[in-house]
Amino acid sequence: MAKDIITAENVHLYYGQKEALHGISLGFPEKEITALIGPSGSGKSTFIRTLNRMSDLNPEVTVTGAIRLDGEDIYSPKTDTVELRKRVGMVFQQPNPFPFSVYDNVTYGLRLSGIKDKALLDQRVEESLKQAAVWDETKDHLKENALSFSGGQQQRICIARVLAVQPEIILLDEPTSALDPVSSAKVEDSLLAIKDQFTIAVVTHNMQQASRISDQTAFFLDGNLVEFSKTVDMFTHPEKQETSDYLNGKFG
Amino acid sequence: MDAVKKELTRKSKASRQDQRGKLISLACVTLIMLVVLSILYMITSKGLATFFENKMSIVDFFTKQVWNPSAKPQALVGALPMIVGSFSVTVLSALLAAPFAIATAIFMVDIAGKRGRKILQPVIELLVGIPSVVYGFIGLTVVVPFTRTVFGGTGFGILSGTFVLFVMVLPTVTSMYVDSLKAVPQFYREASLALGATRWQTIYKVIIRASIPGLLTAIIFGMARAFGEALAVQMVIGNASILPSDLVSPASTLTSVLTTGIGNTVLGTLPNNALWSLALVLLLMSLVFNLLTRFIGKKGAF
Repeated sequence: MAKDIITAENVHLYYGQKEALHGISLGFPEKEITALIGPSGSGKSTFIRTLNRMSDLNPEVTVTGAIRLDGEDIYSPKTDTVELRKRVGMVFQQPNPFPFSVYDNVTYGLRLSGIKDKALLDQRVEESLKQAAVWDETKDHLKENALSFSGGQQQRICIARVLAVQPEIILLDEPTSALDPVSSAKVEDSLLAIKDQFTIAVVTHNMQQASRISDQTAFFLDGNLVEFSKTVDMFTHPEKQETSDYLNGKFG
Repeated sequence: MDAVKKELTRKSKASRQDQRGKLISLACVTLIMLVVLSILYMITSKGLATFFENKMSIVDFFTKQVWNPSAKPQALVGALPMIVGSFSVTVLSALLAAPFAIATAIFMVDIAGKRGRKILQPVIELLVGIPSVVYGFIGLTVVVPFTRTVFGGTGFGILSGTFVLFVMVLPTVTSMYVDSLKAVPQFYREASLALGATRWQTIYKVIIRASIPGLLTAIIFGMARAFGEALAVQMVIGNASILPSDLVSPASTLTSVLTTGIGNTVLGTLPNNALWSLALVLLLMSLVFNLLTRFIGKKGAF
């Protein structure tokens, strides 16, 4: 197993007084895909949002414990969340391209960093859209509004938008749950295509999806990490009874 | 058995109420439509009488600078000074109000948080509710002397009108823009922040950009209000039907000439008809503003 690039150590998360995560410790190996599965309300999305501190946006949330990115705790007061989020990108459940052109969407993050060189921007747009496997559909429509594309294409444009800033880690929060099976398959393909360059953490409801694309799987239940192992192992002989029940569709 | 059947197939009380309600609504709508149509007809026919009955030139009306409809032997109906005055105060006050409205709305929606909005919302709404005569009165006592001291002239003029209208349209534009900012989906903000944008970058690169149609609609609504405002403007603009050469000399607007002149004319005469022509211009302009907002509203979502 490759070295862990980002590790959570005993992470507790509270919404006001209510504890939603009960001490999660989990490491994400570099350049591999880690799937987070579990029933609704199990805390997997909540957990993934702590990894780039998007959970800060809700003022009621408090997080304790440590999350180390290359050894540095991202919850230390020194952390610049802006820099952090450039290193840890995120794709959301609902495709959320900005209501601008495809080109402006993909270059958004680069322009934020002050990159204005047209040739470089063009090059990054092409690279990112190719990596996200949406180049063929968009290359002749780069000036068109991103919202005029289909849901699946929008989601891959969003992935390209994240890839453009070349983060180290990409978090995907149920990226295909709003998509039809064909579009989902395309998104999965693009994730597989980029996994040798990025560390990927993907939250999913869909156990088959986890088994198809991930190297590791973490099973969440009621705010606890029940089991974490290689995907092959978990799906063939899970250690815990709950995991086995969930994978066999007894609940969830 | 037959009694039950009869009872069931008869129109129920509820369905009769339903029909009666429909009839009442229809009657109300018809009445309102009649009123609107007759107002339109009256203004149009009276407004056009200046040109068709009194044989004044429509080109002169829009290009000549002297307004004296009761002059003998040749009446003069050059409305250009009023048209210029109306457009000047409207455009200037909208330009002045826009940046303040944008800043206030953004502060209320994206910066101040729930508590700040709770305090600011009633303040803005209160400003909308103050009667225009009160604004005019304040304008007369505060703004006119202020303009006189700072910018020279008599103090009456387009500049004072602009200042008064600025305060009057600001809450309109702000509250409309607040609504359109609230309609910008939260996930745009999240997407932007997740890409490493600061809050300020998110606001000006995504939120403002996404809400531009809403902003334009808000500004045009403000302009419509400014264009149609009569009393407050009349109190501070000086009411001289001269083509304004600067912002601090007395001028007039379509509305101010209407309010000052309407009591001094006799129905059916040229001086009266000429005022109706001004009203017609006002009506057409508000129609234009209305169409503009509809046109923009169709183009953008927020």
